[in-house]
Formats: sequence, C-alpha cells, structure tokens
Amino acid sequence: MSFYGNFIAHTPKFDFVGKRLIAFALTATLIIGTFVSIATRGFNFGIDFAGGILIEVQTTDGPANIAKMRDQLGNLSLGEVSLQQFGETGRDVMVRVQKQDGDEKAQMAALAKVKETLGAGYDYRRVEIVGPKVGDELKRDGVLAVALSVLAIAAYVWFRFEWQFGVGALIATFHDVILTFGFFSVTGMEFNLTSVAAILTIAGYSINDTVVIYDRVRENLRKYKTLSIYELLNLAVNETLARTFLTVATVFLTVVSLLVLGGDVLHGFAASLLWGLVVGTFSSMYVALPVLIYFRLRVGKDREEDEAAAQAAP
Amino acid sequence: MLQFPKWKIVMVLLVALCGAIWSAPNLLPRETTDRMPSWWQPVSLGLDLQGGSYLLLEVDTAYVKRELLSGLVEALRATLRKEKVRYSELGSSGLDTVKVRISDEAERERVRPELRKLDPEALLEVSSDGMFVFTYTEQAMAKRINQAVEQSIGIVRRRVDELGTREPSIQRQGTDRIIVQLPGVKNPEHIKSLLGKTAKLTFHLVDDTASPEDAARGRVPPGSVLLPSAESGRGLPSQYVVRKRVEVGGDLLTDSQATFQNGQAVVSFRFTVAGGKRFADTTSANAGKMLAIVLDEKVISAPRINEPILGGSGVITGTFTTQEANDLALLLRAGALPAPLQVLEERTVGPDLGADSIQAGAIASGVGLITVIVFMVLIYGTLGLLANVALVLNLVILLALMSVLGATLTLPGIAGIVLTMGMAVDANVLIYERMREEQKAGRGLISTVQVAFERAFGTILDANLTTLAAAALLFQFGSGPVRGFAVTLSLGLLSSMFTAIMVTRLMVGTWIRWRRPKTLPL
Repeated sequence: MSFYGNFIAHTPKFDFVGKRLIAFALTATLIIGTFVSIATRGFNFGIDFAGGILIEVQTTDGPANIAKMRDQLGNLSLGEVSLQQFGETGRDVMVRVQKQDGDEKAQMAALAKVKETLGAGYDYRRVEIVGPKVGDELKRDGVLAVALSVLAIAAYVWFRFEWQFGVGALIATFHDVILTFGFFSVTGMEFNLTSVAAILTIAGYSINDTVVIYDRVRENLRKYKTLSIYELLNLAVNETLARTFLTVATVFLTVVSLLVLGGDVLHGFAASLLWGLVVGTFSSMYVALPVLIYFRLRVGKDREEDEAAAQAAP
Repeated sequence: MLQFPKWKIVMVLLVALCGAIWSAPNLLPRETTDRMPSWWQPVSLGLDLQGGSYLLLEVDTAYVKRELLSGLVEALRATLRKEKVRYSELGSSGLDTVKVRISDEAERERVRPELRKLDPEALLEVSSDGMFVFTYTEQAMAKRINQAVEQSIGIVRRRVDELGTREPSIQRQGTDRIIVQLPGVKNPEHIKSLLGKTAKLTFHLVDDTASPEDAARGRVPPGSVLLPSAESGRGLPSQYVVRKRVEVGGDLLTDSQATFQNGQAVVSFRFTVAGGKRFADTTSANAGKMLAIVLDEKVISAPRINEPILGGSGVITGTFTTQEANDLALLLRAGALPAPLQVLEERTVGPDLGADSIQAGAIASGVGLITVIVFMVLIYGTLGLLANVALVLNLVILLALMSVLGATLTLPGIAGIVLTMGMAVDANVLIYERMREEQKAGRGLISTVQVAFERAFGTILDANLTTLAAAALLFQFGSGPVRGFAVTLSLGLLSSMFTAIMVTRLMVGTWIRWRRPKTLPL
C-alpha cells in the first residue's frame, strides 16, 4: 500500500450538502460583487475586442527611454496612447493606441505614423491592429461561443442524465463563467480572445468535475434505494473526493508551470485558469451537487418504477 | 479481463508505433526535416510561433456593385448613340437598378432586343411611358461579387508571389474576406501598400472640348469625367478632363518592367496581340490628341500622340522613384483587382518573439510533464508508472495526429498541450480510485480490475465529451491562435481516452499476469 493509500484508507464523511446555505451565500456574494465590479469598473478590453493598435518593441541597444517615447507618441493626437515597459532588460516596451475614429484606413495610418515617429533603433516584435469591424465581430463571436457552450454542456448532461442534472450543470457552469468574468473585471487584467478560450476551458473543466460527481449520484440512486437524498448526495461527493483532489492537483501543477514558465503572452491565460480551477472545483461540490436536493430526484424515478410494477402485475 | 484478443494488442502496438513514427520529425532540427518527404513532417507552427504576418482583407462589395451598374450605363449609352436613339434620364438608382427613358415608341421597339442583350443577368422591365428598368436580382449580384472575390484572390496571390514571399497562404473567408498569411514577413507595410492598390490601368483620350477649370465648376461634358493628376506640380496640370470611354485597358497587357529612360525611372509595357491592335487603331485615329494614362482614377501622365504606335508596346513616364516604378510594373504584371481591398486586421509577430514563445512553451511543457509524472508515481507507485507510460504515449499520439492532420500549433495550442497533460491523467485517476473502492468493498483482484474499468469508462466518456463540446464551439467561433488551442485540446482529449482506456487496461492486465500480486498496491 502506497503512502497515499494509507492516508486515504477510509471514505471521508464531510457534510457538504449541510453547508449548502453557507456556500450559496458565498456564491451569491461573489456574483453580486462581480456584477458591481462589471457595472462600475467594467473590463479592460484588449484590442481584440476594443479595436486599436498594439505594438511590442524592443530597443536595439540599451534600455528604452520610455519618457521620450511617451513624449513623441503623445504629440501625435492619436487619442489615448499607453506605454508599458516590461521584461528584465528594460528594452521591451508595449505600446497601445486606442481605436481611431473612422474606418480601417485610419487605423493603418495611425500605425504608419507611430512607426515613422519612433524611427530607427527599435525592433518590432509584435504588431496587432484590429479595425472596428473585426472588433465588433470578435466580440459577438466571443459572446456566442460562451453562451452556446454553456447551453451545449447543459443539453448534453440533460441528455445523458435527467433534466434535474441538466439544470444543475447549467447553474454551475453559469456560476463559473460569471465568476471568471468577475475575475477579469476585478483584477483589471486584459480581456481578449485568449480570455474567452480560458473561460470555455474553465467551463469544460468544471463540467468534467461535475459530471464525475453526478455520475456517482446516478449510480447511488440505483444502488441505495432507501438512503435519503441528503445522505446520498453527501456520499457521492465524499466517494469521489479523492479523485477530485488528485485531478485538481495534477491540473494545478501543469497550470502553475504555465503561469511561471509559459511567457508573457500566456501569463494572463494561466492566471485565469488557476482562478477557474478553484471556482470550478468549488461549484461542482457546493453548487452543482446541492441544488439537486431541491429537484426531488427520486419522485420521477420511483413513480416510473411503480407504474412499471403495476403494469407487470396481473 | 487478463486475456486480450490478439487484434487488440496488435492494434495498440500499431497505434503506438505509428505515433512514434509520425511524431519523430518534431524532435529533429528543421534543416533536416525540410528535406524529408511531405508525409513525414513536423507539426506546422502558427505565425505566432514561427513569426510572420497575418492580414485579413475585405473586398469592397459596394464598389463591385457600383462598377456593375456603371458598366451597364456606359454600355447603354454607347449602344443608344450607335443606334442614334434619343434618350433621357440615363443613370443608375439605388444599388441594383439602371434606368433609361426612350420616349419614341417606334425607336423603343427597334432597340429593345439590342438593349436586352447587353446584360442577360439583369431583369428588364419596360413601362408604358418608355422607361427601361434593368434590375439585378440578389443572386445575380451575389454571383458577380463571388467572381470578384475569386478574381481578387488570384490577383493577391500573384502580387504576393511576385514579391518572393516564402510559402504564403491565401484563403477565402466568408463571402467577401481574404486571409493572407505570410510566414517570415517581419514588416508587412510594403505588401500592405501593394495590396491596397487596385492597379486598374486604362488609356483614355483627353477631352479637349472643356477645360479642367470649366469642368471643376460643374460643367463636365456628358461622357467625360474630371480626374485628378497623380502627381501635380512641375508644370503639370492638377486635373484632366478625360473621356469615360476606355480605349485600351490594362487587362490587355502581357508584360511590364521598370527601366530607365534618360536617367528617369519609367515603366515599359507590352500589349497582347488584341491590345496592340487596339492601341495602334487608337493612336492612328487620334494623332495630335492627348492620351491619358489613368491608374486608379488618377492620371499618371497624358502625352500627346505624335505618331501611330504600331509596335504593341510603350512606356509610361511620370515622376516615379525607382521603387515606385518597380511597384507599378509588378502591379501591372499581376493584374488589376476588380475592387479595392481593405485591411481589416493585421497581426505580425517577429521571429525573435516567436522563438522566445516556443522556448517558454517547451520549458513549461517539460516542467509540467515532469511534475505530473513525479506526482503520479508518489501517489500510485507502480500503477502510477503505468499511467505515466500512457501519458507519454498520449503526448506522442497527439503530436503525431497534429503532424498528420496538418493542424497548426499555436502558442495557446502549447497551453492546450500542457493542460491536456493535467487532464489526461484524470482518466487514470478515475480508474485507479475506482479500483481502490472496489478492492476495499471486498472484491477479488480480477473482478476489481474488471469492474473498475467498466464503471470508470462511462464516467470518462461523459466527462470528456462535455469538455469536447466546449472545445468544438471554441473552434467554431474562435479565430487564429485560439482555434489552435481548441484543436490541440480536442485531439488531446480523444487520444487520452484511447490511452487511458485501451492502453492502461492492456498494461495493467499484463502487469498483473506477470507479477501475479495478491492485491492491487493502492
């Protein structure tokens, strides 16, 4: 028997369902907080959605003179221009220029102006321009992708289980998505296409977790006919607790290695995944599971069986 | 449970072998794989990893429609003049209609079949008061726009090829968009400026019945148009009145080159046989008049025709720099775009940043893999080792699948791989935890293993299919690098199901037959 085997020799008996009101209160607080933050702080939209220009330059020699650059670019009347120095050498600067009034051509003209003004001595490591048209489309596609995947997930669970489970999965997935939006709003971290990918990954991961527990609930419903729903739900989550812990641990290890070693571009992605891992695991155990108690899982099942029995009798 | 049919063993070994073969090129240096056959190549890298430029272009469909209408207007004008028919109110209205009134009933009936033939795509209705109304249906317009987009793709490809870009990819997206991907291009400004030009070259006679000054005050003779000069100053007029009628079009050119004449950069061109003949006819019939060379609605120059030009070739002079002459020659060789293109989106990544991203991604993957491997051994001992073999095989199959399917690996895609490693072992965890439970419930060894695999299978399937649904939607609605993430995540989930269910089962069974343990070491 392994070290871990000794550690987890007995199925734990935590009362998850009993703590549901505390969990719901916490969830409600977080969700309200999210809405308040979105209403007051909004999002720090990246250029994928807001449109505009993003330029990452690296000076060819010596650290960047950011004050001079700011001066030069500030005088171009391109609206809001933000500069940010990063990296260890001080040679990297991220330049963000707000979306220009007018059409696509205005954006291209602004980029040309910036390049001309900065002149030689810079290596352009990354240039992204998103015109107003594409920005709006990407926004629409992002919203569609998130909404449809939440619905698709719920529909699949409904199809494979019972409607109660579908509703539970829907609530839990919504919970994860909303709280991840909240994470982006509260931290002011840039919200871009990769963030949408992060949200969908979190939804996918969380439902994975939820389905494992639901699967056990379904199995226990057949196995223990006399157990109350309350005990039955608690049993399911406790029986799968070891698995939940281990899977969270392995995903956590990989996400942390992404966060620490994956580079600047993936940093925000990994950070939001880490948050999602916490939220998703919480929602599977404390939201998706306890809501089932309000749906009278047994009644439908038992009635069907009763009817079947009645028909079988002469 | 412990006896496996031969075909299953053979299949698993075969898949592992194929995986190894097709993923192997990814370990070789690029210089080596460049010489390998096309079926044995490493996974292709997205522009965010290898560096390059992505441009999303849009064809101006409103322009296509306007061109279609004005083409019909000019054709009507020419026909009616030729037939000497009195007409009025000739013009287009809205985005799909052209009208002309012919009051005389006899004339109307005489030219009607002729006008009908001008454009069979348009519907013609004639009202009792002599109004001819040509209308293009939505399908006819869509067909024309489709042609224009297809044509544009061809022209864009030729222009990009002329610049000698390495392995460009030019694809259509939706009804009116074109995606241009240029690996290795660091500064796409030059390409953008070339793609931004329609390069429609036409030769028109200058209308000397009206001066540009009169025309600027609104007195443009019918059938003529006031055009600006491409380069004003230096004693050249800033505007010209030219006839709308195209004498010869740039589509009749076969070749054009930038050369020098008297130390000045010029563009020489040669017509096709038909073009040469028309050019000869025009210059013969209009000696002494001025011939305007018009590029994209601007007059480059308007030399006087001193003598008929019969050789089928000519020279465009202007105030070009060498670069401008080279560009113009290239544009004329590649042909004119049927409509202007606009750059909607640009994403350019320098090769250094791409290389940095690959390195960071590789390190993160390596560290992620090692920590998961160590963790699994700590938790499950020997069984953890078997899970690790399945995990590595999973990665090998994933890489092979991506290489074979020609999927593109992007930076978010690397994140997808790292994430897959964390989630792939979940299947093993589910199976092993189930074994632990069944064993604790007092089942015998064989039955424990059997039941655990059976019960865990349903859970694994449901859990992975729901995640797969989210990934599929991400692929559908995501763009560029994010799509790459959806692809790696989906392929990773599929191959992890195979390795966890088939391969782990095979390995656990073989191990039990070999070591014959009394209980599972859980």
